[in-house]
Amino acid sequence: MSFRDRSNFDMKVPLTWTAGVAVIIAAVIGVALLLGDRRETLQGQAYGVTKNVVDTLSAPVSNTLATPGRWTGNVFDLARDYLLAGSQNHALREEINDLHVWQDKAIALDNENQRLRAVLGLKTDPPIPMVTAHVIADSRGPFADTRLADAGREKGIAAGNPVMSDRGLVGRVVGVGHDVSRILLLTDIASRTPVLIDRTNARAILSGDGGPNPKLAYMRGQDPVKVGDRVLTSGDGGVFPRGLPVGVVVQGLDGAWRVRLDSDSSPIDFVRILLFTDFSQIAESKDAISAPLPALSTADQADVAAKVKAMSAPAAASQAPKTGPAAANASATAKTLANALAASKTQPAPKHPPPPTPATTPPPDDDTP
Amino acid sequence: MSLMQSTRPLDPWRWLGLPALACMGGAILFAIPIKVFSLQLPEPVFPMVLAFAWAVIRPSVIAPFVLVLLGLFLDLFWGGPLGLWGVSLLASYTVVLASRSIMTGQSRPMRQVWFAAATAMTMLTGFLIASILSLAVPNLLSVFWQFLATAVLYPFAHRLIERFEDADVRFR
Repeated sequence: MSFRDRSNFDMKVPLTWTAGVAVIIAAVIGVALLLGDRRETLQGQAYGVTKNVVDTLSAPVSNTLATPGRWTGNVFDLARDYLLAGSQNHALREEINDLHVWQDKAIALDNENQRLRAVLGLKTDPPIPMVTAHVIADSRGPFADTRLADAGREKGIAAGNPVMSDRGLVGRVVGVGHDVSRILLLTDIASRTPVLIDRTNARAILSGDGGPNPKLAYMRGQDPVKVGDRVLTSGDGGVFPRGLPVGVVVQGLDGAWRVRLDSDSSPIDFVRILLFTDFSQIAESKDAISAPLPALSTADQADVAAKVKAMSAPAAASQAPKTGPAAANASATAKTLANALAASKTQPAPKHPPPPTPATTPPPDDDTP
Repeated sequence: MSLMQSTRPLDPWRWLGLPALACMGGAILFAIPIKVFSLQLPEPVFPMVLAFAWAVIRPSVIAPFVLVLLGLFLDLFWGGPLGLWGVSLLASYTVVLASRSIMTGQSRPMRQVWFAAATAMTMLTGFLIASILSLAVPNLLSVFWQFLATAVLYPFAHRLIERFEDADVRFR
């Protein structure tokens, strides 16, 4: 009897078993994908080509769908503004009165700040350039909170760039395509942001958990925070510049200190991406630190030999006991220089003379009483 | 000829392909960045409808792979960890597939309860995976909202089951 001649019910068991095997194979694929993902890293290459391709492909579709969404949102905003015009007017008048006081304070503080900087000779940070972008897709689930913005590498955006709304910090760029970039929000469960409490200068890590108010973790000091404190980026680690507004401290239902984000109250469809680059974000920073020192040239060798001779001659001719600290220092410096000279002789001299380096060895006269 | 027709009564494109595309469309549509009176759109897990309905309709070799692909799409589109939704959907699919004989002949409210339970299992699996991967506990309220937004999608699953459940007599 051929396979086709069997009744349908004879094939039920083999088909069920085959489906079971398919489930197992699919599960193995899913677990392999999980284990192979490196989402939490900040490096651009960790984001992966697949994610970049999907972002690039979904950008035009999401953009097309988002456009009527923006119009609809504007219509709802207009309706709300119309209905709440009276109360909004009252609230805005009060806010303007408060802001006048703040403006006076800001002018005085700015003036004082500039004078103090001039007195101290402080070098101020240059202004950070920024790019404005539309948000075209927004995920807000418990396991992933990201946004897709319609600006990418073509506008100079790089992985790690901070992203702000018109009110406060939103997150940072984790993936960049040609004309699209993926923003990891502060509320994402993988987000960790170094922050400080403005009032006490206490440091903490803002940890997202998929909810609207991320937690303040790893706080130091006694009573470092209270409800209503302003939270700013601390700049630690160099991922964000210092002083970006993040939000206000609130206490969650679970008793944990949380932050009500400033960016929550701003429109969702526009973001500003700061083209901020810190030293720690430079790709070749490791190479820059571990670069070998330039070899000594012939002229340098002669100079070092002269210094050794000058230091050892008075030490030998001196009648004073050689157990004093000055003599010991002079002897040690002379030994170091002699070792450096011996080491330099084993290295070939460079074809071009190296750039001048600042002298770190104190002159011998400094050590003598 | 009639035997061939009865052994392959379900066109995979009709009961697997089109619903999968519809779920992708739903996910893209609900990702629109819009705020209405300061409220954002919910974010239901549309492929949960398929994870439940496909398992109830009949065992399939293609369905689990399509589910993993849909999960992968959600991970990529939502920017989450790769494999999270694939594994989560597959977990509930496996449980529903194993217990489909119990569900056969159940009333609509009872099936709705089963669907909610399967959704809860998907969310629980996602919760555990996200906790392990990020070494942090996801916000329970946020998980509950997504569960709720997904659980109300049962009418779509019911329609799919009603349409294709009797299409293959071998698995009734």
